[in-house]
Amino acid sequence: MKHRTFFWFFLPTGLAMFLFIALPIVSVVTQSVFAPHEAVLKTVENCTPLVGCTTETTIDQEATREIREAQPLGRFVGLDIYLDRGHLAIAELREAWNSAETWGDFWDRLFNLPLYRALAFTLTFTFIVTPMLIVVGLMIALAVNSLHRHLKGLMIFFSLLPMIVTPLIGSLILFWMVDSRGIIGSALVALAGDPNFSLKASTGLTWIMLIVYGIWHSAPFAFVVFYAGLQTLPKDQIEAAQIDGATRWQQIKYVVVPHLMPLVTFVALIQLMDNFRVFEPVVGFNASAHATSLSWIIFNDLGGETRQLSAASATSVLTIIGVAILLSPVLVRTWRDFKGK
Amino acid sequence: MFFRKVALSSALALMAGNAFACEISARVNIIGNEFPAIQTVGAGAAECTGSVVTKNLTADHKDIHVAGMQGNPAEYTSAIVANSTLTILMNDDLVRPLDDLVAKHGQSLQKSQLITVDGKVMAVAFMANAQHLMYRKDILADLGIEPPKTYEEMLDAAKMIRDKGVMQNPIGGAYAAGWNLAQEFNNMFIGYGGTFFKEGTAEPNINSEAGVNTLNMMKALTEYMNPDFLTHDSNATNAEYRAGNIALLNMWGSRAATQTTADGVTDAVKNGHAIAGPMTVGGGSTPASTLWWDGWTVAKNISDDEAEATFIAMMNGIRPELMQDAEVASQAVWLIEGYEPTEAAVGVFDAAKAGTVPYPMVPYMGLMHGAIGNELADFLQGKESAEQALADIEAAYRAAAVEKGFLK
Repeated sequence: MKHRTFFWFFLPTGLAMFLFIALPIVSVVTQSVFAPHEAVLKTVENCTPLVGCTTETTIDQEATREIREAQPLGRFVGLDIYLDRGHLAIAELREAWNSAETWGDFWDRLFNLPLYRALAFTLTFTFIVTPMLIVVGLMIALAVNSLHRHLKGLMIFFSLLPMIVTPLIGSLILFWMVDSRGIIGSALVALAGDPNFSLKASTGLTWIMLIVYGIWHSAPFAFVVFYAGLQTLPKDQIEAAQIDGATRWQQIKYVVVPHLMPLVTFVALIQLMDNFRVFEPVVGFNASAHATSLSWIIFNDLGGETRQLSAASATSVLTIIGVAILLSPVLVRTWRDFKGK
Repeated sequence: MFFRKVALSSALALMAGNAFACEISARVNIIGNEFPAIQTVGAGAAECTGSVVTKNLTADHKDIHVAGMQGNPAEYTSAIVANSTLTILMNDDLVRPLDDLVAKHGQSLQKSQLITVDGKVMAVAFMANAQHLMYRKDILADLGIEPPKTYEEMLDAAKMIRDKGVMQNPIGGAYAAGWNLAQEFNNMFIGYGGTFFKEGTAEPNINSEAGVNTLNMMKALTEYMNPDFLTHDSNATNAEYRAGNIALLNMWGSRAATQTTADGVTDAVKNGHAIAGPMTVGGGSTPASTLWWDGWTVAKNISDDEAEATFIAMMNGIRPELMQDAEVASQAVWLIEGYEPTEAAVGVFDAAKAGTVPYPMVPYMGLMHGAIGNELADFLQGKESAEQALADIEAAYRAAAVEKGFLK
């Protein structure tokens, strides 16, 4: 393609990428190295109903306004936010490393810090859910593909349901079912024989529940992609394998899976990214006491009465870096293949 | 059909407008929470004619009101706030002092309704709120237990109810990790005489004896709660109460009137429902609760015309005539002239009488509340000591306060 033609072809995409990807990233990085100005406080008398007047501290707006107008971006703090306890917690890590006597003690202290606790769940979730959903998706695809053609449409619809249901609604429905008074919760209580048995009260079981939910929700995506791939499977190769006496398992292992390999890479890439940003189930299952994720930290910093924009931006940048690290092996391979050609 | 509806509603609005003579000349846009009393105020404001009154009443108001009032002109001309949220708006200088408007249009206001900060009226309060005891008088009477006045008595009562096999988990509490859990900590901490900050500074002061006592009491209470307590917010706790699964709970006064009116409340709960003032703890005299008010503000970044229109419309939403409507009167503990306390108001009035302290209005309290909500769950699950949990809260608060410029 001529460079000129390429330029005009690429322009709309490039413009959209600049506006909706590059600019927000620049903005997030900027916000993460600036923090609000130091507050100028003063003591004033507050009067409220049923109580009367009390002395309270408030922000001196006039003094604050002057500082804000002089430096509207806030005060430059460099990497301070990244290194504080809410993020990489360098000082706390060093302290834990120096004073911890055993590895167990060190891990306890490490996972007491919000970012590392969130990372522990996020990474566990990502690395269990992604391979599992690929396996489950492939199994569903193979099963549906071998059905009679009259049944296929119906089965495809039902297999896609988990993906059609909005994640928040899906997790809420499950959340109610596993409640200690819900249908699954009551069944578990009966099975465990302990009236105080509760899935939601146990960290381990909450993690398992979230992981199962994650697989249930994303497997249809893998299924659709693999099912499409199966339609392009060359018939003669399968027939050749059958004539050679390959069992069904051998056919899958030596013919079908290698044929689908590029799709597996594709699904793995997309799902690694998605699962690393796990968010809705943590909110839907009200699970923040047991499992937090990087995205949940961002949401928590932005919401409600705290509005810590700098902290949320720093976590966002760390998430972007995390995704980049996760995807780097695949990206490096793709680059090598490209250079090789 | 649509036009007929519009015509009908504008005709109704005209009639209403004539009846109460509420005329405004500029736009009004209200952001606020969504419970029944606020719906009433919003509907009252929307009766005004002459210009457009829009409102966005949602439980997520806290996430959008700052953004919606930061622009110039501001999207929202009025925010309905409480103690904690007024501080958030004032931190960013988003609300207008109301002294001139109160003098011009505020004749029907009582002095106690004016929230003044540094001598300037910053908000007009219309209702009070506090968390207090709700209990099942039938169950307590059957076992010969007096309604608890202290948290220690509450534990004793709970033990008896469990031992007699009446209920497995008789205590309810809004202990959902996050805002609710932190609020329960605040109540108990104040009950034990704790102070959140070192006098006159933003330095945290919760890693103290009061803090440890607070955590131990909370832990003791959770032994009598549904094991899912860390996921139960006030709505879920109420659902448990309405279903007859719990007998004792510390609950918001603003929910007292509707506690037994929801669908599916059993007759036993309807007949057995009773309320009382907040409990004390650890031999202290200050109730383990906080006093709240709800009121409205006028945005700073709007024209004077809009500010005046907003003030007039909001005044129409809290006019004293509304208090004659029995249903409106039962919705809240109104601070409006002419309000006759209903039975549901007993708890909040008792709270005020017993000297319940107001929720702290310092600019960094929101950060403390957030830190408590995030760091308490580990202790309640038995994963760490009380001292460690309190140290974690202080460390988390400190990181947030340094970022926001309250600490160095």
